[in-house]
Amino acid sequence: MVDFDVVSLPETDHVAEGDTAPDFTRPLVNGEYWEDRALDDVVDGPTLLLFHPMDGTFQGTYLYNTVDDHGWSDDLDVLGLSVSTPYAHKRLLAERGDGVRIFSDPGAGVVEEYGLAHDIDGMTGITESRPAVFLLDSDRTVEYAWVASEHPEFPDAEAIGDAVADLVD
Amino acid sequence: MSEPQITLYRLQACPFCERVVRTLNELDVEYRSRYVEPMHSERNVVKRVSGARSVPAIVDRETGVTMSESANIVEYLKGTYGEGGA
Repeated sequence: MVDFDVVSLPETDHVAEGDTAPDFTRPLVNGEYWEDRALDDVVDGPTLLLFHPMDGTFQGTYLYNTVDDHGWSDDLDVLGLSVSTPYAHKRLLAERGDGVRIFSDPGAGVVEEYGLAHDIDGMTGITESRPAVFLLDSDRTVEYAWVASEHPEFPDAEAIGDAVADLVD
Repeated sequence: MSEPQITLYRLQACPFCERVVRTLNELDVEYRSRYVEPMHSERNVVKRVSGARSVPAIVDRETGVTMSESANIVEYLKGTYGEGGA
């Protein structure tokens, strides 16, 4: 184990298993363009909704490498969300996240609504998202939820893979 | 959400695109915006739907018309959806 201190994040009233994932509309970016889309309109089957820190953070990079390594976008719809701009999402998707689409939420309104807001020391005025994973069924019911409770913390790929397999089979 | 009949491929802050948007609003025609990037090499989706990489470009699902060049588009919209149009 590497020797570093992780910081516990405060308790948060976040979207949890059994909840209906709140609907929202934001620009949704694919490899070619972006357009306003409502979550409710996009979710039409099992969907993995991934909140992550800004594009360019190693947390975001590792997350999409994990998605690609496991081929999750072959099994279900994979949607990301961060506070980065559509232009940044397009650059990210040119490198990784094959088949993934990413919502852009620069004002962090969706991040706040899902209970994931995280103020980063030394970046005044930016509200970040905690890393979080929500596995939704076709009516947006949350079947599996994971929200970081420490900083930094990474989602458990094995747990996500098991939850995906349970839902998709 | 029902899909608007017109899809507009546009570039942020492109005056020719804004001109088409003004016309769509004047005629009260529903549309959805798809934003692409400034670099022409990044506009394969526009080339695929319209045959050219230029924006604005529209796809009208009702009529099956696909069109580029803002002057052509404005003329088409006025002729199809304006007073005395088809």
